[in-house]
Amino acid sequence: MRAAVVVFPGSNCDRDLAVAFQRAGAQVSMVWHKDTDLPEGVDIVGVPGGFSYGDYLRCGAIAAQSPICRAVKAHAERGGYVLGVCNGFQVLTETGILPGALLRNAGLKYICKTVDLVVKTSASVFTSGYNGGDTAAIPIAHHDGNYFADPETLAALHDQDRVAFTYAENPNGSARDIAGILSENRRVLGMMPHPERAADSGHGGTDGMALFRGLADALAPA
Amino acid sequence: MQEPAITPDLIASHGLKPDEYDRLLEILGREPTFTELGIFSAMWNEHCSYKSSKKWLRTLPTDGPQVICGPGENAGIVDIGDGQCVVFKMESHNHPSYIEPYQGAATGVGGILRDVFTMGARPIAAMNALSFGEPDHPKTRQLVNGVVEGIGGYGNCFGVPTVGGEVRFHSAYNGNCLVNAFAAGLADTDGIFYSAASGVGMPVVYLGAKTGRDGVGGATMASAEFDDTIEEKRPTVQVGDPFTEKRLMEATLELMATGAVISIQDMGAAGLTCSAVEMGDKGGLGVRLNLDAVPQRETDMTAYEMMLSESQERMLMVLKPELEAEARAVFEKWDLDFAIVGETIPEDRFIVEHGGRVMADVPLSKLSSEAPEYDRPWEATAPAEPLADVPQIDPIDGLRSLVASPNYAAKQWVYQQYDSMVMADTARIPGFGAGIVRVHGTDKALAFTSDVTPRYVRANPEEGGKQAVAEAYRNLTAVGALPLASTDNLNFGNPEKPEIMGQFVGAIKGIGAACKALNMPIVSGNVSLYNETDGTGILPTPTIGAVGLLAHTDDIIGCDVRDGHVALVIGETTGHLGQSALLAEVFNREDGDAPAVDLDAEKRNGDFIRANRTLIKACTDLSDGGLALAAFEMAERAGVGVLLDDATTAMLFGEDQGRYLVACNFDQAEALMIAAGQAGVPIASVGRFAGDTVQIGASAAPLADLATLYRSAFQDAVA
Repeated sequence: MRAAVVVFPGSNCDRDLAVAFQRAGAQVSMVWHKDTDLPEGVDIVGVPGGFSYGDYLRCGAIAAQSPICRAVKAHAERGGYVLGVCNGFQVLTETGILPGALLRNAGLKYICKTVDLVVKTSASVFTSGYNGGDTAAIPIAHHDGNYFADPETLAALHDQDRVAFTYAENPNGSARDIAGILSENRRVLGMMPHPERAADSGHGGTDGMALFRGLADALAPA
Repeated sequence: MQEPAITPDLIASHGLKPDEYDRLLEILGREPTFTELGIFSAMWNEHCSYKSSKKWLRTLPTDGPQVICGPGENAGIVDIGDGQCVVFKMESHNHPSYIEPYQGAATGVGGILRDVFTMGARPIAAMNALSFGEPDHPKTRQLVNGVVEGIGGYGNCFGVPTVGGEVRFHSAYNGNCLVNAFAAGLADTDGIFYSAASGVGMPVVYLGAKTGRDGVGGATMASAEFDDTIEEKRPTVQVGDPFTEKRLMEATLELMATGAVISIQDMGAAGLTCSAVEMGDKGGLGVRLNLDAVPQRETDMTAYEMMLSESQERMLMVLKPELEAEARAVFEKWDLDFAIVGETIPEDRFIVEHGGRVMADVPLSKLSSEAPEYDRPWEATAPAEPLADVPQIDPIDGLRSLVASPNYAAKQWVYQQYDSMVMADTARIPGFGAGIVRVHGTDKALAFTSDVTPRYVRANPEEGGKQAVAEAYRNLTAVGALPLASTDNLNFGNPEKPEIMGQFVGAIKGIGAACKALNMPIVSGNVSLYNETDGTGILPTPTIGAVGLLAHTDDIIGCDVRDGHVALVIGETTGHLGQSALLAEVFNREDGDAPAVDLDAEKRNGDFIRANRTLIKACTDLSDGGLALAAFEMAERAGVGVLLDDATTAMLFGEDQGRYLVACNFDQAEALMIAAGQAGVPIASVGRFAGDTVQIGASAAPLADLATLYRSAFQDAVA
């Protein structure tokens, strides 16, 4: 598996995501936000957590206009894999690669804690390491993770089995408890929780590792 | 622009006393310009000059084989082996946070992070110690919400995990809250950067954000008491931009790797003035600045404003001229300003030019070496009156009062607003003892804690000072770590009052004795005086931040309490109730002496815990609230009930020092008893963990009920 992790000037989970990819056996390259192209032969692009350009405006709004995001979008349109975590999920909705938007948390406060997620589908390379209905304890850390979409979109996400994860206990007001969603071709996952923070025993939990291992298994060279 | 005439009023409004102004005249041999007056005022205020505290700070132990750099630089540096070191400091942002809580607290975090990465270290952990007025005081709610949001807003965006801290409430902070921010970073021992300039004619480079008018005169404001003109001081509070700070950190570390940096200093209090003088003074050089080259955010800024601006996210560096192109490229990559604004000169002068005119020309070394220093009169604090009778109370009622108090209730409302896990190396988040962060890419870990019990310090400054260090030592020990060193953030009232100075002197003596005995030298720190409003001082609050080392993450003592585990107390219990949490919260009394600290016993008991860590399944130190509160917290954390045998008030709620509560199985308990006997360490079985009830003597309550109260009391009070 060859992975590229995008680095915006305000990314702060780029290293964490790269480490998790590497632990799963991936070759990882970091891609600067001013770059216009992804490295040759990249299977999956990671868009990490953080505060891309400070996010003083809507989270991810400026990042969506960055040179590298045009390349990420082209990669997704070609059928490439993309994983957006936290701020990365916000960026993916702002670019239109994924539907909906992430609003301010219902409680209006930043929340950092480990929460239980319910795996809603194992039918994707991201969730193939889990069984549908599994519970996974994975940390969240965000101010704007309240997933919103119009009723048609929510219905479509449900009907097409594109809700990857829901919260067992909704921490932020997200519609239908949604924590992560898949693109129509199931090759793009955006999620607010941080699987890379539950990816080795020192983290106090390893429930996020199945995501990276599943990816590595699916994307290993044939 | 016509500069104002130098009048006695103008001098006084710069915080310079008449004798200090006379000293200035003597140095210059003439009347200062307006800009020079500003420069002297900035360098000679309490905040920058430590003029009231220096004499006493010199008495603190600052050395040890583990110390690479003690006080005097931006932060202290301690060796952690394998060519790496931890760089840390704690600093107050009290006055700004009271005036403008969000920005005051945010820029406090920004300032301490800069102190750490200026030295070449990547920040890996943050903590904050907060003291507020009574929960029902009309200002408290706004301050708590603003300060917590400000800390989170800055640290979360910057990307440093906040892994510990304290929050307390007391009426003495009604008019003057305390915000003490700690940061630690990781560096290679051969990649440390200092502030001393070297070489004549070397370019002085300005890095980071542009200069605006924010924070002009901030350091002088922070060195004065508050009165009812406080609202007018709002413009002296700086505005933080964590996104810029993040880029500044990355760019600075990248720049250091190019080898272009001779010396570097962040711009904190008194901005350009203090950083330029520091670099020149430490290097025995003069500095010439050309303010026309300073990147400016606003138009028509005067020399005075630029020299005193405390705009955030800025650095000053002395550059190797041959590497200018490489250095500039790094800052362009991160879209930050990079401007050559001056040079080092051989003469002992600090020359500031603006618009072709010399606005200041003063002997540079005199700004620091000739700064006033006072041996303030002090009065030793009178011994506390003996403790009056304390009635026996129902133990569950006592415990319930403590867990329902915002002082002792769970603080998840606070720490869940901080990202405690970014960087993916956090091994223990806040909420139960010291925070732990792994040393990235290794099996080692660092533990962090921040402690002080201001009630004790007021009753008995010396024992209180010792206790703050001893509690930090215990908190690090309780997770299995070896305490390495400390940083002190000394918050006191007006030092011109002999009784306040007496508190300061007493606390320093106690801190010094404890740091020496427990081998936790003070490697950095900060003094915040004049924490008074309308003549009423705060409780003396010398916050101790401390760092401990775990050779392997397997050595971490967790909180693995199981049904059937034995509860043991290590250390001697005599039942000291003076100045206890129970007394304050239940009886509304603050009498008696502070508990005495036996430093030999602290050391012995701490060494015992570390030596026997494999027998211990959970450990916590006994502090506020004594055994009752510690046993409840451990039970609540583990989700298992607890039964304590002795129901006497003093044994349950007494705050004798040097003690730990330990949980383990029966066989381990037996082994611990034998080991303790051999080591001469007092140990006692006090009960066991079982079921889902908290039972103390004949009194009981469901654990779940107490836990609900414990988890909700804080936010019910202030959110």
